[in-house]
Amino acid sequence: MTAPARLRLAGIQKRFGATRALRDVSLEIAAGEVHALIGENGAGKSTLMKILSGAHAADAGTLELSGAPYRPESPHDARRKGVAMIYQELTLALHLSAQENILLGAESSRLGFVDRRASRRRARAALAQLGHESLDLDRPAGRFSLAEQQVIEIARALLTQPQVLIMDEPTSSLTQADTERLFAAIARLRAQGVSIIYISHFLEECRRVADRYTVLKDGETAGTGGMRDASLDHLVTLMTGREVRELYPRTDRAPGAVVLEVAAAASPPRLRRASLQVRAGEIFGLAGLIGAGRTDLLRAVFGLDALAAGTVCVVGAPDGRAAPRDRWRQGVGFLSENRKEEGLMLGRSVADNLTLTKLRALGAFGFVDGGRQRAAADRWVRELRVKCRDSRQPAGELSGGNQQKVALARLLEHPARLFLLDEPTRGIDVGSKAQIYELVSALAAAGKAVVIVSSYLPELLGLCDTVGVMCRGELAAVRPRAQWTEAEIMRVATGSA
Amino acid sequence: MKALTQRILTQGGPFIGLILVIVLFSLPDETRAFFLTYHNFKIILTQTVIVAIGALGMTLIIVSGGIDLSVGSSIAFTSVVGALLVREGWGPAPVLLAAVGAGSLIGLLNGAAIAGLRMTPFIITLGTLGIARGSAKWLAENQTVNYDDSPLNGWMTTADPFSRALPAGVWVAIGLAVLTAVLLRHTVFGRHVFALGSNEATARLCGIATPRLKVAIYALAGAFFGLAGLFQLSRLRQGDPTVAVGLELDIIASVIIGGASLNGGVGTVLGSMIGALIMAVLRNGSQQMGWPTYFQEIIIGLVIIVAVFLDHLRQGKKA
Repeated sequence: MTAPARLRLAGIQKRFGATRALRDVSLEIAAGEVHALIGENGAGKSTLMKILSGAHAADAGTLELSGAPYRPESPHDARRKGVAMIYQELTLALHLSAQENILLGAESSRLGFVDRRASRRRARAALAQLGHESLDLDRPAGRFSLAEQQVIEIARALLTQPQVLIMDEPTSSLTQADTERLFAAIARLRAQGVSIIYISHFLEECRRVADRYTVLKDGETAGTGGMRDASLDHLVTLMTGREVRELYPRTDRAPGAVVLEVAAAASPPRLRRASLQVRAGEIFGLAGLIGAGRTDLLRAVFGLDALAAGTVCVVGAPDGRAAPRDRWRQGVGFLSENRKEEGLMLGRSVADNLTLTKLRALGAFGFVDGGRQRAAADRWVRELRVKCRDSRQPAGELSGGNQQKVALARLLEHPARLFLLDEPTRGIDVGSKAQIYELVSALAAAGKAVVIVSSYLPELLGLCDTVGVMCRGELAAVRPRAQWTEAEIMRVATGSA
Repeated sequence: MKALTQRILTQGGPFIGLILVIVLFSLPDETRAFFLTYHNFKIILTQTVIVAIGALGMTLIIVSGGIDLSVGSSIAFTSVVGALLVREGWGPAPVLLAAVGAGSLIGLLNGAAIAGLRMTPFIITLGTLGIARGSAKWLAENQTVNYDDSPLNGWMTTADPFSRALPAGVWVAIGLAVLTAVLLRHTVFGRHVFALGSNEATARLCGIATPRLKVAIYALAGAFFGLAGLFQLSRLRQGDPTVAVGLELDIIASVIIGGASLNGGVGTVLGSMIGALIMAVLRNGSQQMGWPTYFQEIIIGLVIIVAVFLDHLRQGKKA
């Protein structure tokens, strides 16, 4: 009676350099089953999906598809063997028609010419499987709504008649009504025996659409079971239940006057509404899922993105002037989450990177005094123990942790009184992390105001005085740290509170 | 002096390249007698002036991560403007100001369009290439603009062609090269140019008004191109709206051979000047060897590819 599982993974391991992305992952999915894959940012979901879809190879472990060993060599190979993936970011060629997109790379041809009639029939069949046979096949993909574009994307995946379809955050850009239509399509596919791996941060959604679940935590399978028997609390505990280490120094500090006041700020499409107050000597943490609008809030405060509504007031600065250059003048500093693409000039020296906001102060009459510039940089290199030959070394040659120290030192050298830090510890080693925690703590003790965005909850709970949680573009709740737990934050962040 | 030798050493590639082409052209029997003489170098230097001054402006633009394809047309336009004003009886100083101003205006428009419309410099300046060339022909009524005589004519020659003195144009180019090097290396403006080219997002993040900076860079570079146009006028002794077609490519090549990166953030004035000299030596040597012009074009094309390839190898080894 027990047929082999449609897809079975056991003991999967994957390592990138010194990072163990996957330690021990097991997963089993039956035919015609919708299986939710759940986990925090960085738990290893993307790596696992890349292994399944052939983009990476596993270091160890077994993969079986319908009882036979499965080792895809490339995404193309995976598709041929029956595993197709729908990515979160759609991959349509927006200028080509719906039909051309569905058949891209798999066109019906006769003697090298596209066979339009056969192509049309196959595109229609794929759409019919999803219940969308009336879609206009000749319209350019760019002129469909996001939901319809997703249907086109799924239809393309169905063309090869996959046994397993992986959907990564399929509802992240859909409205409620479109989500319902997607669920209807998923139900049809399930009835046709297609197995679906459904990845989403939104637990309520997972509960509605999935039959079974697997929770990943720190690269391991933390739990698996039937959706019907699982409570939201149980899932959240599986996601977050881990030890909190004593990495976080607490300094004595008493919050002073309000430094930053944000009222009903909105910056579409991501940031819909956020209000908050930050005081001198306070560390304010922003939690939330990726795409919840945390970064967008910081960027809007700093003037990198335009405000569509609401106000941002840096106390003590004249209103109205809010470009980054004005913010620096007002004593606001911003650390980008994207060190390589935005935070640093990788080809320029440590000294150039460190002093870029205040070159004018390092000389007279528009000239830069190279000696003073290096002296300023050398001071921070020593103080933060940045590992580099000297401050003339290009920033791109430093390790991630040391690059981050250089980026952060720019705010210290300026010096800022309000620090906006976006994922300050992402992708850096533990030693540098501890050092950054110490530094942030010392800044607050010295009366600076700090706003930190982080996806790592122990860090926020360990470091911050106040934590705000964002969900789908809104700052949903702001409370003192003592009133939060990891599980509670996840509940608010996943919209299941 | 020590700093200079060190700079030349780090500038290694282009400098060695320059020595190499000079040595190569001084060996064959056809050129041995004349090539290595002072008089020939005076000719080479004079022939470099226009490309060198253009390369100064282009170095600013390329280091900032941009490109300007309209240089040849700007030079033709400003030389026509200069010639018309000379014919009207203007003195050399006002003509100089007007030509530099005209070049600067074209640059200003380029910069404003690039920053304001958020379009790529390649497209905008490709458009200006046509607009400036057409305007030059329109102003000149599609023929050369002749005038009786002007002190301008003496800027690219010396009164006695056999004297050891260098013409004014050479000194102007050298002086401007020093000024531009100081501007690029030691001023806030120069550092911002490097920052813009190295990572525009970082520049914006750090409060640099990038649109304004772009306008300033193209306008300043345009002033250099206007001056180059005036020297073009001085050399031809007439305003020719069809002159300097494709000269932008020689100028860009000089900057690239000199070690600048088309991705921005990398480049030096000294390198660009050496690049301009390499191009001039190649032309001069090829002529003396009696090679046809098409052969010169092939050689220069190869030199560009080899120079940039060697630079890639060097960078790759360092990383």
